[in-house]
Amino acid sequence: MQGSGSLRPIVIPGEAVGGPGLKPGPGTYSEGGQLFAAQLGIRNEHDGLVSVIPLSGRYLPQRGDAVIGEVIDQGPSHWLVDINSPYPAPLHATESPWRVEFGDTARYLKVGDVIMCHVLSVDEIKRVQLTMQEREARKLNGGILMEVSPTKVPRVIGKQGSMVSLIKDLTRCQIYVGQNGRIWLDGDDRSTALASMAIRLIEERAQAVGLTEAVRELIERAAKGPRPS
Amino acid sequence: MEDIEHIEKEMKLIDGDGRRLDGRKFNDLRPIRLEAGVLRRADGSAYMEWGGNKVLAAVYGPREAHPRHLQNPARALVQCRYNMAPFSVSDRKRPGPDRRSVEISKVISEAFSSVVFAEQFPRTSVDIFIEVLQADAGTRCAGLSAASVALADAGVPMRDLVASCASGKIGGVVCVDLNKDEDNFGDADCPMAVVPRTGEIVLLQMDGHLTSDEFEKAMDLSIDAARRIYDMQRDALRRRYSVSLEDILKESPPLPSPVEPEGPMPPEDEFGPEGI
Repeated sequence: MQGSGSLRPIVIPGEAVGGPGLKPGPGTYSEGGQLFAAQLGIRNEHDGLVSVIPLSGRYLPQRGDAVIGEVIDQGPSHWLVDINSPYPAPLHATESPWRVEFGDTARYLKVGDVIMCHVLSVDEIKRVQLTMQEREARKLNGGILMEVSPTKVPRVIGKQGSMVSLIKDLTRCQIYVGQNGRIWLDGDDRSTALASMAIRLIEERAQAVGLTEAVRELIERAAKGPRPS
Repeated sequence: MEDIEHIEKEMKLIDGDGRRLDGRKFNDLRPIRLEAGVLRRADGSAYMEWGGNKVLAAVYGPREAHPRHLQNPARALVQCRYNMAPFSVSDRKRPGPDRRSVEISKVISEAFSSVVFAEQFPRTSVDIFIEVLQADAGTRCAGLSAASVALADAGVPMRDLVASCASGKIGGVVCVDLNKDEDNFGDADCPMAVVPRTGEIVLLQMDGHLTSDEFEKAMDLSIDAARRIYDMQRDALRRRYSVSLEDILKESPPLPSPVEPEGPMPPEDEFGPEGI
């Protein structure tokens, strides 16, 4: 793997990732002045801060994250939303974009509906609250929902959203990527199939260099070829 | 059934040259094969073959702990279920938890509780499932070593991997990694699990009798063996994340011909059942 030059070495939990003078970042811990990896991932050093970019793991909600959730329960003044995390996430009626009368939540969102929302707050015992007061928050109608590993989301989005806008441009799909690894695609059958193929490619090759070019190539070649089944 | 008492006197578990029944020396391990990421549905998984043992480990989580009264607002639960398949032993094992497997589940979950950063995931549980498909003595060590790889594969933050190996006494000689016959007819068996980096012991049990000198020797043997297993665990994890990438790089040729006979679509199964 080292020979190909396209991959950085993988670190394993407990592996030393740095000595004194470096600060422990996410995915690492320090013990006796030494830094060790806490997770399986790729070592990253930036300004004296060592972190490990995980290769796998669950989504942990953080304040401000844009997430795609599925309504799993409703109460008189809130909905319970599954955001693909270990914690249930309530969306209070006052945080919805509608004026909801008490007990009238079912008029706006029903169990099974998919929404684009944001994480309003996460407290120290990881109680999550959601909000739909942001501009892009909305109920998602139609389209398809796919799931990728939450650790691959930054690659799907790309630098300043370059990857996702490339896929949008090439396939003319509407795409929302949630930090929780859920991706909502809408467009005609062919373009959604193309886009989901591209996203699968990104997920599989997340660590490879020249990923954007590979995706462009895949879509352009596939677009010329026979219709996807 | 054979007369076990009688066999014990007859059986020579270790000969004059220090060779054991299967030809190993006192500090030799049985052949080990370890693979990470073998199950698609689990968050992390591993499969281990250790001599005659075949063990599958799967990890789910951190996920919401159920029933809710078990949730701890300060940390995650580390739960483990060790289970033996009915066909894993020569006489059919009655399926379901029994005294032995409940105990093993408990000690293994406690071993992992001490390495997982449980405080990062309050109110959740990390569930470890160990299925013994074929047993040949030392299944708890094999299960624990495989589960540790599965945990790392699941991306659960932890201080270190846990490696485990038993040692015991056969025919008066302290040996590492006893097999079925040695375990049944030997004098003692002492499974241990260590955190290789620090040398901490997170699991220690003993069946039989060892003097304190013999115990010291057994411990040294186990710790040394655990380090060898640790290297295999690291290898398995590295392989898991490099092979898949190399494979993908291999199967994406740099556009050889303008017309692709099979169509430029990658094969269906490349994306797996999730693509559906």
